[in-house]
Amino acid sequence: MFLRIIQDIALMSGIGILLALVMVIAQRWLSNYGELNININSKKDLTVTGGNSLLSSLSEKQIFIPSACGGRGTCGACKCKVIEGGGPLLPTEKPLLSKAEIEDHIRLACQVKIKSDIKIEIPESIFNIKRFHSEIEEIIDYTYDIKGITFKLLNGETIDFKAGQYIQLETQPYGKVKQSVVRAYSISSKPELKDRIQLIIRLVPEGICTTWVHNYLKVGDKVNFTGPYGDFYIRDTNADIIFVAGGSGQAPIKSMLEHLKEVGTDRKMSFFFGARTTKDLYLTEEMLAFEKHFNDFHYIPVLSHPEPDENWQGRIGFVMPYFKEAIRDPKNTEAYLCGSPGMIAGVTKSLVEEYSLDKDKIYYDSFG
Amino acid sequence: MDISAFVLFWAAIFTSNILLTNFLGMCSYLSVSREIESAMGLGLAVTFVLTVTSALNWVVYHYLLVPFGIVYLQYIIFIVVIAAFVQFLELLIERYTPALYYSLGIFLPLITVNCAILGVSLFMIIRNYSFIQSVAFGAGSGIGWLLAILMLAGVRRKLKEKLIPVGLRGAGISLIITGIMALGFIGFSGIVQVQ
Repeated sequence: MFLRIIQDIALMSGIGILLALVMVIAQRWLSNYGELNININSKKDLTVTGGNSLLSSLSEKQIFIPSACGGRGTCGACKCKVIEGGGPLLPTEKPLLSKAEIEDHIRLACQVKIKSDIKIEIPESIFNIKRFHSEIEEIIDYTYDIKGITFKLLNGETIDFKAGQYIQLETQPYGKVKQSVVRAYSISSKPELKDRIQLIIRLVPEGICTTWVHNYLKVGDKVNFTGPYGDFYIRDTNADIIFVAGGSGQAPIKSMLEHLKEVGTDRKMSFFFGARTTKDLYLTEEMLAFEKHFNDFHYIPVLSHPEPDENWQGRIGFVMPYFKEAIRDPKNTEAYLCGSPGMIAGVTKSLVEEYSLDKDKIYYDSFG
Repeated sequence: MDISAFVLFWAAIFTSNILLTNFLGMCSYLSVSREIESAMGLGLAVTFVLTVTSALNWVVYHYLLVPFGIVYLQYIIFIVVIAAFVQFLELLIERYTPALYYSLGIFLPLITVNCAILGVSLFMIIRNYSFIQSVAFGAGSGIGWLLAILMLAGVRRKLKEKLIPVGLRGAGISLIITGIMALGFIGFSGIVQVQ
């Protein structure tokens, strides 16, 4: 009886092992694409091992295409133009691409697998994106759930970015979280500071990265990030500006204002900051200092749910109705928005429909 | 079983269609019948996998399971053989016909758990088919399944413009249509009896 059991188990395992062996051999033989060539902008040639995604193959070669979701095909940030050799468009890409983009051969770099020589086009600015090594220099509590963290670059590295751009932070395993994830955060310090950056990070309940930042990171820890990414930066015109932000969306606006202070400006500017209660307001003194410094800048906090005992004397409700104080010449006004996708959609709609701003003068950075 | 393989092949398509008489392989049948092209692709893949796995499983059963007396392990062994074969097929298709690979997408691995495939392997054992009979039965069942999903895809294409009560949209109406098709197929049953 006992022998019988052993024999059956052995047979069963034998069949399993045999099939697994066949699969391993088949995989070696069938999934081996050898060394392939990536041609970028008809200028640069890279040799990579075939079979991996375009995104990961490029990042191995120190070319970092933006990707907020880390290659899961959900954020659509890693769009790039594939001229030749990308294979057919996948069902996983379709929902994230517009009709015009599909016709323009735009693909998601995280979904395109390199199976033949491939020709791609990416903006030159992507070559500027590097991986930085840094040490936490300072952690400030702005509110009960928002922290400002300063990262000092190591090894004499410096970063060149435009005020409003973001970086991608690489988390390290902690507690029960065994994997490393990549998350995007806007830089809140001014670009004139090249040897360090500050991020403003709000604790998201159950968020892998924000929990790590809020509960595990301490001064002196070594952290890596890549950047800078994004096309959310101040356009160099003379138009009036309205800034609108919610929560930690104040980060890129702070960077922009500090940058404008550095270079000097006479543009008429207003900053609407939406928060729930007075407990969610932060950087108020800095904003009041900006009001004093600039000729024509107004900081306008709006609370959606002020508590009775807070004795809030300021504006209440949504930010949208208060725009009329700030918009003098709608056709000569630029808007810079940073916040949740819902807030961006609502504010954009209001600006275009009620205040007749030009849609292409509304720039935004959505938390997505 | 002294029924000829040829008869068995046709019987598997019409009189004892694996889907319309045994209602096996319903999940992918319901989910991939929205478009005729993908239904066709999946149907062809199922037909191919069914034909090959019924042959493989026949050999495994008669030359491995029976001599070693581990017939009671047939379920798990059959599933493992099917899974390995589908995996192998996936690698092959990905390498040589990427277009088909992308159009099948997630459905190719889903064939592994298509009940029709395990069902056919088990039927051929229960009904004591010979090797030739098994292959004919497998191929016939595959073509029968292809036929059924193609018919449903055709009907569903017409249904797109029709007004259907909200509660019946999607799976509900598809199941009713399948029932009506199954009734229609009963008409074939006088020709030959397999079970």
